[in-house]
Amino acid sequence: MSETVKNEVPLWEVFIRPRNGLSHKHCGSVHAADEVMALQAARDVYTRRGEGQSIWVVRSKDIVASDPQDKEELFEPTADKIYRHPTFYEIPDEVGHM
Amino acid sequence: MYSQGLIGADTSTEESEEFLRAFQERIDAEQKIEPNDVMPAGYRKTLIRQIGQHAHSEIVGMLPEGNWITRAPTLKRKAALLAKVQDEGGHGLYLYSAAETLGVSREQMTEELHAGKAKYSSIFNYPTLTWADIGTIGWLVDGAAIMNQIPLCRCSFGPYARAMIRVCKEESFHQRQGYEIVMTLAKGSPEQKAMAQESLDRWWWPVLMMFGPHDSDSQHGDQSMRWKIKRFSNDELRQKFVDATIPQAEYLGLTVPDPDLKWNPEKNDGRGGYDFGAIDWDEFWRVVKGKGIMNRERIRDRRKAWDDGEWVREAALAHAQKRAERMAAEQQAAE
Repeated sequence: MSETVKNEVPLWEVFIRPRNGLSHKHCGSVHAADEVMALQAARDVYTRRGEGQSIWVVRSKDIVASDPQDKEELFEPTADKIYRHPTFYEIPDEVGHM
Repeated sequence: MYSQGLIGADTSTEESEEFLRAFQERIDAEQKIEPNDVMPAGYRKTLIRQIGQHAHSEIVGMLPEGNWITRAPTLKRKAALLAKVQDEGGHGLYLYSAAETLGVSREQMTEELHAGKAKYSSIFNYPTLTWADIGTIGWLVDGAAIMNQIPLCRCSFGPYARAMIRVCKEESFHQRQGYEIVMTLAKGSPEQKAMAQESLDRWWWPVLMMFGPHDSDSQHGDQSMRWKIKRFSNDELRQKFVDATIPQAEYLGLTVPDPDLKWNPEKNDGRGGYDFGAIDWDEFWRVVKGKGIMNRERIRDRRKAWDDGEWVREAALAHAQKRAERMAAEQQAAE
């Protein structure tokens, strides 16, 4: 994702919604000079067989990502909070489905 | 393509034993490696090389088939071939995008291809002399590619595996359209059948070479297998391909140009398989090292396409910049 090379055509991340009712999902990237060309390129590259009903393109440099090194710090704390899951609570069978 | 991407790959790496062991444990646990994860330098280098060469193969692969678009025998064939060649371009772009997540730029990869430093599959250095070649390429070249690419869908590097899943979905159309072309010729006039046979005669051995050198001569296969970049060895994949393809040729009434081809019931742990003749590795290395029939022309065409497109890239960037400046000025005026 280097933008340092002179005259490099910018990189865009492509997100596609397969159909209404589903969320947009990342599927890859394209190089394009501007957002209009990025959408056209994304359509040609990623939706040749009816894969999408809607496309988002976002400049790759504008994406803020968590660092995989911080994975434990960020996500480990949820592992010991088992009381957040429904199976933590014992409900007698007589009560029925809950 | 594909397994040839490992020829000359430098899998050497300088990390501590402990780091490498921890990485190997992740791989052994079938955890996918994603772009921002820490990884050994050798793993990164090997993947950049392999994915880059795979991408180049897709892009250069457009040339031999593009050669026949204007001369396809019917509108149906022409539309299908056009769609297939466009797919190959798409495959190249998925793969470049996967390689770029490893920190290599598109420009760098393009320059290496044009300078002859990066390779692409040896198969694309053979000419497409007849219409039958378009059928044979779809049937055999894409068939061999599928054999290689299906295990790559489980490659340990996430972006490569995901790109391969998309590619494999589309590749099946390529193989079927190719087989249908050959089938039409094989069931046609004696001249048409002869054309199909002559094409098979020329492509059979180069297609077997696509899987790369024998395991005993492949220096970097082991490390790539341990890192789960590769899942099967070159010889294993080649054998699977031969076993799958011979019945398809028999159905067409065509014969592969190998007098040593013979069913061997002992092969594949008693399930049976074909023994086949010796591959001319001198020819293979000649083509890999740039002395194939079409090597010079392929690179010349790629360079020309890049150079001819330069003004378009410059104009698009200039236009984008002008628009951005105008929008900024309007915004400032509004405030």
